[in-house]
Amino acid sequence: MPEQDYRGHPYIPNSVPAVKAEMLAEIGARSVDELYQDIPDRLRFKGRMAIPEAIPAESLLRRHVEGILARNTSCAEATSFLGAGCYNHYVPAICDEVSRRSEFLTAYAGEPYADFGRFQVLWEYQSLMAELLDMDICNVPTYDGFQASSTALRMAGRYTGRTRALVAGTVSPDKLLAIRNYCEPVMAVAVQEPDPGTGLLDLARLEASLGPNTAAVYFENPGYLGGLESRGRAVADLAHARGALLVVGVDPNSLGVLAPPSQYGADLVCGDIQTLGNHMSFGGGMGGFIACRDEEKLVLEFPSRLFGISTTETPGEYGFGDVAYERTSFAHREQGKEFVGTAAALHGITAGVYLALMGPQGMRDLGVHLLQKAQYLARRLGALPGVKAPALAAPFYKEFAVDFNGTGRTVAELNRRLLEHGIFGGKDLSADFPDLGQAALYCVTEQVAQEEIDRFITILSAILGGN
Amino acid sequence: MSKRCAKVRHGFHQAKWDEELIFELHKPGERGLAVAPVEPGIAAEVGDGLGALPPALVRRTQPLLPEVGQMRVLKHFLRLSQENLGADLNVDIGQGTCTMKYSPKINDALAASPRLADLHPLQDPATVQGTLEVMHSLDLYLREISGMDRFSLQPASGSSAILNMVSIIQAYHRDRGEAQTRDEMITTIFSHPSDAAAAAVKGYKVVTLMQGPDGLPTVEDLRRAVGPRTAGLLITNPEDTGIYNPSVQEFVRLVHEAGGLCGYDQANANGIMGVTRAADCGFDLCFFNLHKTFSTPHGCGGPAGGALGVTMALADYLPVPLVVREGERYRLDYGVPRSIGKTRAFYGTVQVALRAYAWIRALGADGLREVSAVAVLNNNYLLEKIKRIRGASAPYAEGHRRIEQVRYSWEQLHRDTGVTTEDISLRMADYGMHLWSSHHPFIVPQPFTVEPTESYAKEELDEYVAVLEQVASEAYADPQLVRTAPHRSVCRRVDPAPFDDPGRWAVTWRLWQRKAK
Repeated sequence: MPEQDYRGHPYIPNSVPAVKAEMLAEIGARSVDELYQDIPDRLRFKGRMAIPEAIPAESLLRRHVEGILARNTSCAEATSFLGAGCYNHYVPAICDEVSRRSEFLTAYAGEPYADFGRFQVLWEYQSLMAELLDMDICNVPTYDGFQASSTALRMAGRYTGRTRALVAGTVSPDKLLAIRNYCEPVMAVAVQEPDPGTGLLDLARLEASLGPNTAAVYFENPGYLGGLESRGRAVADLAHARGALLVVGVDPNSLGVLAPPSQYGADLVCGDIQTLGNHMSFGGGMGGFIACRDEEKLVLEFPSRLFGISTTETPGEYGFGDVAYERTSFAHREQGKEFVGTAAALHGITAGVYLALMGPQGMRDLGVHLLQKAQYLARRLGALPGVKAPALAAPFYKEFAVDFNGTGRTVAELNRRLLEHGIFGGKDLSADFPDLGQAALYCVTEQVAQEEIDRFITILSAILGGN
Repeated sequence: MSKRCAKVRHGFHQAKWDEELIFELHKPGERGLAVAPVEPGIAAEVGDGLGALPPALVRRTQPLLPEVGQMRVLKHFLRLSQENLGADLNVDIGQGTCTMKYSPKINDALAASPRLADLHPLQDPATVQGTLEVMHSLDLYLREISGMDRFSLQPASGSSAILNMVSIIQAYHRDRGEAQTRDEMITTIFSHPSDAAAAAVKGYKVVTLMQGPDGLPTVEDLRRAVGPRTAGLLITNPEDTGIYNPSVQEFVRLVHEAGGLCGYDQANANGIMGVTRAADCGFDLCFFNLHKTFSTPHGCGGPAGGALGVTMALADYLPVPLVVREGERYRLDYGVPRSIGKTRAFYGTVQVALRAYAWIRALGADGLREVSAVAVLNNNYLLEKIKRIRGASAPYAEGHRRIEQVRYSWEQLHRDTGVTTEDISLRMADYGMHLWSSHHPFIVPQPFTVEPTESYAKEELDEYVAVLEQVASEAYADPQLVRTAPHRSVCRRVDPAPFDDPGRWAVTWRLWQRKAK
């Protein structure tokens, strides 16, 4: 369509024909088309993109999109026992207030003067995470926990000069896909089968698997199936005795009550900050962190931004900037460490606000709450005929595998029936963990009330009873 | 003191709160948020919950998080937000290559809807049909814009999408038994650093084509670089200079002839929507940054989105899952036979995808074309004006038009006054503006990059030019004023020495306490 026919759009102020004409005159061009002179005619698109006509007003756009979203049922409208890497925790109002501020939401990459706030708030995020993790260093967020684990393993590879990572215990199959994808072909990822009874790692087999080329031992606490590993120190000792680093994935939301991995010898700690005040957004709310001690050699292996604090020309004034920028791909392209770019800064800001709000007592109260509620759910489930909860003999935090094999029902069928009652049953594990048979991963958050658990048990009991 | 000019905000001063660090607000016993206790019935049944844990698992000392009352936490972060210059508040055209356009507020409101924000990614597909529809429709629209056959919304950013392109290229050659022999990736110096860095992550030797006399990589250089070791080409067009490479089709042909694949870095496609398409040029892969061309807010550096498109021949390599439509129903398909696996948890930044969807729907095909037309018009208008500023120039391609941005140079100004691009950038902050230099290395001396997008009114562009003129004239008249800037921003010049000194760097509060004198 000739551009002069286009009528003004609220997003395009200079689409006003008179303005265009004035600007073209200034440029000395007859038409906008003339400005595309360097694009050869054979490459010019002559057709019309098959994209629906513009929705002509914001009010109609809102109606249209809300109409589509009305086909969704959110966790706020149901009772959800879903976890498996993304969690329906309560998001404090102030987290939303800050993360929706125009000043943060629409800023990008300015210098630490006009964009001072971004630097201070992300430095505070790093600092708050460091206290929670009992570590010295934490990065500006990477994409998500998958990327954090992947990069932590490659950091360990560069640090040790070795090329093999040993993954032990239970890890999400999806996360393993991402780790393998990211490590290929530079690092080999060996997966060691967990102990079938606990889902935790097998120490004897771990010791046998450690070799001179092992860069890192990686496990998660809690593991994907919910089990908590209490032998972290022994794992650290085994890894360190063979010159490997210990990398531990952790849910930061658990660290008000659970010992942080640094306290049992982890060299690198990584995970996802979705659980710190970020909405789930269908899995869009993730953000990854990597933390370590303040050892120059290790710090210089980070690909991510690391913001640091300094002083300015004005006495008593704080200033901020990039620490060891020369290690990044921004500074040296392919000579930098992996690569850096836009990732999940706003989720880091939100997590910082969350930790500042919660403080040590809030994190402890939350942790205790989740332990209690999950244990209550497990007891109630375990009391049902044919149901074993937890399925594995390991302590757990807020989620655990449930064994339905004794009920003669499939998880798929049970979840279908539960959905009719507005209940999202736990994630079906039968495809990913066939050895467990019909098992599901059940999770609670502080958003699930006791009465919802009791109602769920009543309904599940009726379903299992054939009603 | 210069005279008040209507277009230059001499009275500007950014909010400066001299705000404490959050840890300095600590007061034992204060609380920012109360957490609900469990119901009495639960506590009665299971006790304190901690008793079920082996002692080794229990945290013995509480984390040293600050204890701060709720309103003070709020005030602290709101003050910090005021000390940050978002695109909503300034004429943000000085962050060139970043496409700092208007991010419509309605799209933020829609993304905040509980029917998106409170969706769990593992819900039964029957309960997320609306979101799957949005993702599928966005895929279809991006196919139209690029000519490609299939998109994945999983990559979380442009750099992630580049890595995915490299992973797919590598998997493709592996399937042909050529993964070992094809160990080189070709890119260009004016393409994003991640085009080189992500290739290196996958073990490739990176071959970087430098710019020729007109700023573009030359066909002759490519001929010398390409061969049996070539796995692929990763290229931006127009590159960061804003110059469209008219030989791009020849580039693609040469790489294809050598058996390589071609990935088009369309992180920024803001000048060419509906004008020229990746597939029509022969590219095998491309990606769009949803936070650039498609208007989603940059969030101080994410969450973002890197929508990855491929031709049908490569569709089987995309990360899993893909959203498919069957009749009136949508589902997630994990059965992608040669998939590179996963690159991000779940399905990507869906709240970003929803905003991009809404933006496209608000514009339609004609609107998208108009976006590009006006972005290019604005850019060439600025080019005319900025070239006239004393000390500024627009290297390369004299007499040619530019597409969506221009990489300019203060080389002359620097030679005349000793003032650098960095000095000017910091002085721009005194007028409430950003000015970004360039990715490294600085091929253009004393570079600065301006990208006006379609979002700013002509008067705003004029204001930006007036501020550039103001600062340039200050550099000639009083270089010390510019060299010591900023004067009206949040803080004065920062001492950078600790940032590269392991004995002094302080990435966290605990290190600052340990190391600060």
